[in-house]
Amino acid sequence: MSFWSDIVWPVVVIAAQSVLLLVLLLVIVAFILLADRKIWAAVQIRRGPNVVGPFGLFQSFADLLKFVLKEPVIPSGSAKGLFLLAPLVTTTLALLAWVVVPVADGWVIADINVGVLFILAISSLSVYGAIMGGWASNSKYPFLSALRCAAQMVSYEVSIGLVIITVLLCAGSLNISAIVRSQETGLATMIGLPWLSFLNWYWLPLLPMFVVFFVSALAETNRPPFDLAEAESELVAGYMVEYGSTPYMMFMLGEYVAICTMCAMMALLFMGGWMPPIDVAPFTWVPGIVWFLAKAVLMFFFIAMAKAMVPRYRYDQLMRLGWKVFLPLSLVYVVLVAGVLQLTGWAA
Amino acid sequence: MIQALFFYLFAAVTIASAVMVISSRNPVHSVLFLILAFVNAAGLFMLAGAEFLALLLIVVYVGAVAVLFLFVVMMLDVDFVELRQGFMQYLPIGVLVGLIFLAELLMVAGAWVFAPEATATATAPIPDPAQVSNTLALGQLLYTRYVYFFQVAGFVLLVAMIGAITLTLRHRAYVRRQNISVQVARTRATAIEVKHVEPGRGL
Repeated sequence: MSFWSDIVWPVVVIAAQSVLLLVLLLVIVAFILLADRKIWAAVQIRRGPNVVGPFGLFQSFADLLKFVLKEPVIPSGSAKGLFLLAPLVTTTLALLAWVVVPVADGWVIADINVGVLFILAISSLSVYGAIMGGWASNSKYPFLSALRCAAQMVSYEVSIGLVIITVLLCAGSLNISAIVRSQETGLATMIGLPWLSFLNWYWLPLLPMFVVFFVSALAETNRPPFDLAEAESELVAGYMVEYGSTPYMMFMLGEYVAICTMCAMMALLFMGGWMPPIDVAPFTWVPGIVWFLAKAVLMFFFIAMAKAMVPRYRYDQLMRLGWKVFLPLSLVYVVLVAGVLQLTGWAA
Repeated sequence: MIQALFFYLFAAVTIASAVMVISSRNPVHSVLFLILAFVNAAGLFMLAGAEFLALLLIVVYVGAVAVLFLFVVMMLDVDFVELRQGFMQYLPIGVLVGLIFLAELLMVAGAWVFAPEATATATAPIPDPAQVSNTLALGQLLYTRYVYFFQVAGFVLLVAMIGAITLTLRHRAYVRRQNISVQVARTRATAIEVKHVEPGRGL
């Protein structure tokens, strides 16, 4: 009896929760991908995908079928094991991060003490997919792209880490749910208007760090304007040149899931996660997951607009931005936030 | 029971991948096995209840240090088969050095005693793990109790970094460097000159 209720039953529950989260996440990613293409098209006054299903809504599923039904081509000179392992690593790691993301109050698979650090660790591991793919392809463009990708992601992790430290200083916890809950009080309660809860969230007092995090998230996930690793005018398609069919699709999937993770992180750390923006009746009736999704999708809209509007950076400009602008800025802000919290006694 | 199972799993994979690090023929495969060893060591930390250290190991060693290893090793053009050719020739010397090192380590470990005042301080402040999360415990030790040692360690690293940069930095006169503020401060008036060219005539 105790074997079933203590060991088997929790495993079954966790497996069921994980499958539910995975399926919903993948369906959302399918539509996020379509939204990305539609937004890009709209900015350029095109229609975008509009053939498969009403308004092209099923385009991503058609793409999925096409990718899966194609024959995977493995170059004869490649390191075959690593070549096939690389896309698996990318996708698995990207999906793994969602195990600690609370989509609503208490709706989280693993509510661990060090959730933020877990996501940081996973996102720092995700560089291996690109490096392994680029090296295993045994080809020049993928290799150059792998080197670029490694340097870029290591550089921007530094500023992401420091930005997260400022949030942690304010929240006093590494648990993501606790960080969201610490945003229940803040500026709005201080000025005596507690129903304006969107002023409580960290985006306002930490606004420069929010901007740094947004831009670093673009660089960390290889999104335009920082998609130097797959810049088509220089490197064809970067580390994905030699890939086709399902392995290529897994790279793309991993990339988009990582972008969704970054959007979720921005929603959780800076925009109050599942909490309603205004704490009065019609807004508080809406369930928390809707607010969380709305905030994450809003962040994705900004990321998509950045892709459509901003020209690509040069590689030395990218490095300069990371090391000479963002790193000093976030370091100064960490010291500033720590000093203010200590002097005013607001520290949790 | 499950803990023991996972311990043996992580430990076995750690040792196996550590063996593969030194025995695989391709240096890139060696580094990838090293990463596998790091990740499994992080798993062992996690089992020991040190979740903060485990994730820190992944962030710092796997996410940054090993990436730089891989970066360097991928760009090296070393034929390791050629390097291994003198293996049997150097084996006796290698074994001798290894044996001396082992003997010395054993002697040091055998003669190891704690200073009497050290045991007194070591037993003093161990907080109850149920009360204090290990992030907090580590933070209190590093940033509060031993903050000066921590700062000194930081300065040592800083000096090492400055030394490395100074050794490799060279300004070459013929390389044109970019000055961002000058570029940004350029205006239309300083950047272009409009010439009115009459038809049929050059400048």
